[in-house]
Amino acid sequence: MKKLVKMIVSTLLIGAMALSFCACAGKGGKKEGGLIKVGIINNDPNESGYRTANDRDMKATFTKENGYDPYFYYSLKNEEQIAAAQKFIQDDVDYLLISAAGTSGWDGVLEQAKKAGIKVILFDRTIDASEDLYEASIVSDMAKEGEQAVSWLASQNLSEYKIIHIQGVMGSSAQIGRSGALDTKVAAEANWTIVQQQTAEWSEETAQQITQAVIDSGESFNVIYAENDNMAKGAVAALDKANISHGVGKDVIVIGFDCNTWALEELVAGNWNYDGQCNPFQASYIDDIIKNGAKQKVVIMEEKGFDATTITKDDVTKYGI
Amino acid sequence: MEQGTVLEMRGICKYFPGVRALEQVDFTLREGEIHALMGENGAGKSTLIKVLTGVYPKDGGVILLSGTDGPVHIKSPQDAQNAGIATVYQEITLCPNLTVAENMYIGRTKGPVTNWRKMISDAGRLLDELGIPAHPKQQLGNCSIAVQQMVAIARAVDMECKVLILDEPTSSLDEQEVQKLFKLMRDLKAKGVGIIFVTHFLEQVYEVCDRITVLRDGQLVGEYIIEDLPRVQLVSKMLGKDFDDMADIKSDSDTENIDYESTPVYEAMGLTGTTGIKPFDFEIHKGEVNGFTGLLGSGRSESVRAIFGADRVTRGVVRIDGKPVKIRKPLDAMKHGISYLPEDRKLDGIVGDLSVRDNIILALQVMKGFFKPFSRAQAEQFADEYIKLLNIKTASSDTPIKSLSGGNQQKVILARWLLANPVYLILDEPTRGIDVGTKVEIQKLVLKLASEGKSVTFISSEIDEMIRTCSRLIVMRDGKVVGELKGKDLNQNKIMATIAGGES
Amino acid sequence: MTTPEPKLKTGRSVKDIFGKLFFNQLLIPLVALLFLVILNLFADPSFFKITLEKSSTGFYILSGNLISIIDNGSELAILAIGMTLVTAASGGQDISVGSAIAIAGSIVLRVIKGLSPSISGGELALYLIFAFVLCVIVSALFGAFNGALVAFFKIQPMVATLILFTAGRSIAAWINNNENISINDDRFKYFGNFLPGIPVPTPVFISAICMIVIAVVLKFTNLRLYSQAVGINSSSSRLNGINPKMIKLLTFIILGVCVAVCGFIKVSRTASITYAVIANNIEMDAILAVALGGNNLGGGKFNMTASIIGAYVIQFLTTTLFKFKVSSTAISAYKAVVVIFLIILSAPVVRRGLSNLKNKYIASRSQVKKEGV
Repeated sequence: MKKLVKMIVSTLLIGAMALSFCACAGKGGKKEGGLIKVGIINNDPNESGYRTANDRDMKATFTKENGYDPYFYYSLKNEEQIAAAQKFIQDDVDYLLISAAGTSGWDGVLEQAKKAGIKVILFDRTIDASEDLYEASIVSDMAKEGEQAVSWLASQNLSEYKIIHIQGVMGSSAQIGRSGALDTKVAAEANWTIVQQQTAEWSEETAQQITQAVIDSGESFNVIYAENDNMAKGAVAALDKANISHGVGKDVIVIGFDCNTWALEELVAGNWNYDGQCNPFQASYIDDIIKNGAKQKVVIMEEKGFDATTITKDDVTKYGI
Repeated sequence: MEQGTVLEMRGICKYFPGVRALEQVDFTLREGEIHALMGENGAGKSTLIKVLTGVYPKDGGVILLSGTDGPVHIKSPQDAQNAGIATVYQEITLCPNLTVAENMYIGRTKGPVTNWRKMISDAGRLLDELGIPAHPKQQLGNCSIAVQQMVAIARAVDMECKVLILDEPTSSLDEQEVQKLFKLMRDLKAKGVGIIFVTHFLEQVYEVCDRITVLRDGQLVGEYIIEDLPRVQLVSKMLGKDFDDMADIKSDSDTENIDYESTPVYEAMGLTGTTGIKPFDFEIHKGEVNGFTGLLGSGRSESVRAIFGADRVTRGVVRIDGKPVKIRKPLDAMKHGISYLPEDRKLDGIVGDLSVRDNIILALQVMKGFFKPFSRAQAEQFADEYIKLLNIKTASSDTPIKSLSGGNQQKVILARWLLANPVYLILDEPTRGIDVGTKVEIQKLVLKLASEGKSVTFISSEIDEMIRTCSRLIVMRDGKVVGELKGKDLNQNKIMATIAGGES
Repeated sequence: MTTPEPKLKTGRSVKDIFGKLFFNQLLIPLVALLFLVILNLFADPSFFKITLEKSSTGFYILSGNLISIIDNGSELAILAIGMTLVTAASGGQDISVGSAIAIAGSIVLRVIKGLSPSISGGELALYLIFAFVLCVIVSALFGAFNGALVAFFKIQPMVATLILFTAGRSIAAWINNNENISINDDRFKYFGNFLPGIPVPTPVFISAICMIVIAVVLKFTNLRLYSQAVGINSSSSRLNGINPKMIKLLTFIILGVCVAVCGFIKVSRTASITYAVIANNIEMDAILAVALGGNNLGGGKFNMTASIIGAYVIQFLTTTLFKFKVSSTAISAYKAVVVIFLIILSAPVVRRGLSNLKNKYIASRSQVKKEGV
């Protein structure tokens, strides 16, 4: 009996290890004539919904039908990504597409790539390396996302803005960009006040608790500015609980970010007011650069903000992640 | 303080919840003497030592030391060390994963830099001087317990102490090692060190000590010069009553009337396990007290563990009342009415943080089942009954067992197995490390149980104890049964000869 | 002493009872609670206001900080139950509970997600029961996996549970293909919010049920005695017929069931899940609750009530910090300061000091009695 249990557990453990090895091994395949061979190094698609959408987009764009011979490698560890890049260089790919896990340590491998005549395009994340070493870098501008949302909020012309500001993980680039825009505006305008500013670390239940605490203290507010959709959802759950109306033409304006499909549906239903995009769809930009050449080093992606009063069903299917 | 006195303790008091551990105790130690501190378990010996070494703060009294004016205040073991009081405890308090030399000098090097080479050579010299068979660079944990004990003494000696306390240092040493230790003690005595010697072995006291101080129930009985106090009197002073000769206890019972022809209560054939004992046959009858004897490591404990299913049993046929049964784990044995009091009380016996009550009911409770806990009232009743029956000294049945003295802990474990109402009781070293009074109590109890029709297997390192209690002895050597003695063969010489082997 | 002792002979005097409480294990979490209550009382007495208002569902509900605390503290209190048992029996902690909650929540959402909001209540109830039973089974299996590593392979609990701690959130994401799920059916939210017509949040009832269940289990089985015995001296327990491996395994399975209940409540609160952050760091809070309860993290004796109170103390602290609008960057530091204070209070050294004080107190009393006679 004891032996049996031990055997079962060891088998499970070994199985789990074997699985993880398979996941690391990546996909092989031989170079075929006429196709552009690209090595794509990305973060683990399970990291977030954003990453899943990003990976899906890359896989949809870099196909044999579109003239590519793609190889994918996923890791959340910088050194593993660098090792994968070296392997892709040895395999003589034409392009290296990199979403780096960390910002440093890439100089050496990018120089190797340059010597081997392999072009490098960075997407989503930048790195600390000379601009000569890559063709282009395609990134989101989180500060711009924040500014778009804040200027939309300003355009609502409320007589007074009393805001519950729910922040992401402190120090993350999304938090810095999205908080910065709001902080600047609040400092500049007399009728903009922050009722509560607190980090919920991207978690809906913490956002719910923060909002709940404000409601329990009896303070009035009319804007929820949550730095992602999930936290907006948590805050809204607290509003629902306390019978405070929210959405188009209601007591509280709800702002979220990331354009999850379900969040855009909330906009369509009029329960939320605004959702800012964080564009995960870099593949078409990369495709354009490979086929038509790079026009500038840093390409900032176009990112939309959706207003509940103007959003369409098509927007939901097109931009929802 | 008189001339020639190194330590004087006056009116020492110490209280624990519900217990007066020490009440107005005086103790005087002179230069160059070996002074035995005697008493039953719970008499207050350990507490007095712990007050002296700063482990416990005292609740009253003064401590005077030679060379200092007025009372000294010892607040921590470090203070005691600085004042020249060195202690070697019964349990090894060194670090097994450091080397011998490191253990001897740890916490005593001055400054941030350690001269390793000097440390090792110093340690080597001292070990040689004392005749301790250990190498300075050897890891302490790899040495035998006896050597570890001697290293602890070497450490204390090297600290140039005025007062050396040896708390049960001999309980894990063999005769030869004991003699080595005694030589060491006499050498130190000649140098003028005052030695406080705490032990349960009366022979050793009379062999090496000059004076005896006796404590009882936390109070001072008196201080005596060794020549003035014969053994019998010492024992009666420790027990506080006139001492009936221990040799008489067996005649009270009728252990001779055992029917060896009847079906054995327990019978094993070719029993062996994974602990290195050879297959052996064994049987015990109703009302019989038998024993396993042999040197340490001869397999006597392993044999009874195999009977109880404590270690994995690989082979053998077991019959209870003639019916074949399978005993694979302790619970099987318990369900067949076998109880087992393990050799290592601390490791295998007590459940330290649990109350005396929980410790007493544990075995019976497990036999009753996971889904049938005793009510609190029922548990209290059991506990109170056995605390009274075995005269266990505890503040209440709620007290954690670990705060009891060794002998009382042992009685609690006995209570646990008596409560389980076994037909066959295995007692492995029930008298080790406990005081004379309790030893006699336990021996009497064993014979009483036998007269009530229970079967008992009794193991003890002290052969005279075995002779007094057992009607049959199984002798083991190197994991093998080498003989069985009963009747008139049950005498010291015959047993020794069988243990030692050879035909002479 | 100016006041005479009224009942010295007949039984327990008032002072005795006070003395007993003063040295009880419950003292620490209760003092911590009292400290937070007084702090809030001075800062803003309206903190304790509780109102009965009509909610968006059209029913009257209770609201206020105190309600929020017992509501939001539910998951932690439930986890503290399991964590206390695991700590007692194995002398270590399970750090994978946060990840395991993610898995449990993900399973519930996987079952519920495709359902149309128009299905009947009875049908939904069937689905919910199925979802709940499934997540209890899976969580218990994961608990058993952890427990097997600890009991049979003798791996340190923290190391053993590190495996699930690392892998759990990925497994949770994988269960739902990493979709960002949001359930629109309001009836699913009943379990994390309010049942129609009942003014007290549902999680309060769920946690109360868990507490009653564990109280009954501790009363009518030997779980307490066995797990304590195993935690204190596994070898001795074995020689008394207990199977220490099975007891360790059992405590991990119980924790697994607690995890399942927490996961169900958590996803029901917002009807959604974020795999990376759901129940983030809750394992640390659960361990802290056990420590705050004055329980030895090295195993052995435990006090379940103290752990549960410890859990609510932590939630009280969180809500208080939100209420005081502590800056986002500093909130962890504030929490740390309070935690340090509480942990020092429950440290063995301080407790030993307290018990020395107790001994002196008893000694002085017996002295007084003696002199009186």
